[in-house]
Amino acid sequence: MADKKEPILEIRHLGKSFGAHEVLKDIDFSVSIGDVTSIIGASGSGKSTLLRCVNLLEEPTSGQILYHGKSILDKNFSVTNYRARVGMVFQSFNLFANMTALDNCIVGQRKVLGRSSQEAREKSLYYLEKVGMIPFINAKPKQLSGGQKQRVAIARALAMEPEVLLFDEPTSALDPQMVGEVLDVMSKLAQEGLTMLIVTHEMAFAKDVSSSVVFMKDGVICEEGPPSQVLGDPKMPETREFLSRFMRNT
Amino acid sequence: MESEFISGIVRCWSKYSTSYLQGAGRTLLIAFVGTFIGCVIGFIVGLVQTIPITPKDPLPKRIILRIVKAILKIYVEVFRGTPMIVQAVFLYFGIRMVFGIGMGMWTSAFFVVSINTGAYMAETVRGGILSIDPGQTEGAKAIGMSHFQTMVSVILPQAFRNIIPQIGNNFIINIKDTSVLSVISITDLFFVHKSVVGALYLYFQSATIVMVIYLIMTLVISNLLRWLEKRIDGADNYDLATTDTLAMTSGMYNYPGSGKTGNRNLDTRGEL
Repeated sequence: MADKKEPILEIRHLGKSFGAHEVLKDIDFSVSIGDVTSIIGASGSGKSTLLRCVNLLEEPTSGQILYHGKSILDKNFSVTNYRARVGMVFQSFNLFANMTALDNCIVGQRKVLGRSSQEAREKSLYYLEKVGMIPFINAKPKQLSGGQKQRVAIARALAMEPEVLLFDEPTSALDPQMVGEVLDVMSKLAQEGLTMLIVTHEMAFAKDVSSSVVFMKDGVICEEGPPSQVLGDPKMPETREFLSRFMRNT
Repeated sequence: MESEFISGIVRCWSKYSTSYLQGAGRTLLIAFVGTFIGCVIGFIVGLVQTIPITPKDPLPKRIILRIVKAILKIYVEVFRGTPMIVQAVFLYFGIRMVFGIGMGMWTSAFFVVSINTGAYMAETVRGGILSIDPGQTEGAKAIGMSHFQTMVSVILPQAFRNIIPQIGNNFIINIKDTSVLSVISITDLFFVHKSVVGALYLYFQSATIVMVIYLIMTLVISNLLRWLEKRIDGADNYDLATTDTLAMTSGMYNYPGSGKTGNRNLDTRGEL
């Protein structure tokens, strides 16, 4: 379906091993402009590793990742420029502990994109407003709740105005009420057409916002398709089993 | 007996108070300069030691980096592993004998203390950098910051805060350990003590005075550093930025449960 649009990211035959342990095997899929792709699967199925490979926080052992047709694993490829265009939101927020919420959003724009301090400030305020964190711009991360931290982290990633935003289980470290506030922000971004690649355990959310869902098991993509199919009427028995167990637990 | 002791102290002090104070001043000067330069050396060495070497780097860069790291490691091990008194004698007399160039005793003193502190600080800084949650580095990498930018903006400010107690430790150790420099005739506080004893034969009394002076110096330093730590930590509260004039906008404390005194690098990555 997405073939008509030019893909931003193409992942081809991607493999990753930690020593003898093979975490990812022959992963193949692509992300095009405006896609919201959710990656689901049990813990240890390689979802997060896949996402970390896409952002080169882990070095893939085999295969290719193409960004606008260029290999990001190439020796001459500028990793820092690439990372500035492909943002990431972490499960553990990873806000800079020594800076206020506002400075967290400003620092990357100043240092990496070379924006003027005024421009960086305006953009930061714009995106902090979007995630509803304006009242807390002067707070340090340790003074914020988990949900607030994650919203600042999203604003920090957005302030770089990336082409794609990767979410690595953004709500897994949060309690139910805070999960809601973060998911609301993410739904809003999806509606605005931001290209997102989301590793999540929130099935209802994945069903509502995704344009496609990828189900992973034991390091391989087991099933892939629109959410209505993968989550509503899964073809593979593994997907069915995972979903039924998941529904029982929640 | 007691009155003899006290009158001895009074005699030492009234006769040689200027010498004691001058000696204390020199001790402080060497300790301060040595700690300062030592910290600079330590930061540079510690920073270089934590530069990651990846297979992606070009070969010459990898080779040079490995050689530099090896040399720095030798420096740290040699100066940490030998007594400062031996280093002082070695440099002051040794260089003069072997190379025929004399390093003045003051230059030697500053040099020895700096390079010694630098060796200790290098390990402290390395430890400080390693103690910062790897998530901080990942967060910085994920928005495209280079290793250098990450270090300067994110890691070092946090590492520095964490190693202030260790800097204080080194400063205090230096105040005390500069006393060994009297072997190369540095007229520090301990040297003054030896001279006074030579003139008046009041060992105990002079030692008491010197002990008290050392203690005053170290206490002042440790309290100054505590104060600095508190300043860097900043206020516990923050101002709420809102246009609602009726809302109470200042004095917002930490989010309840976030653990005001808890671990600064809250690890929330629980496996699910």
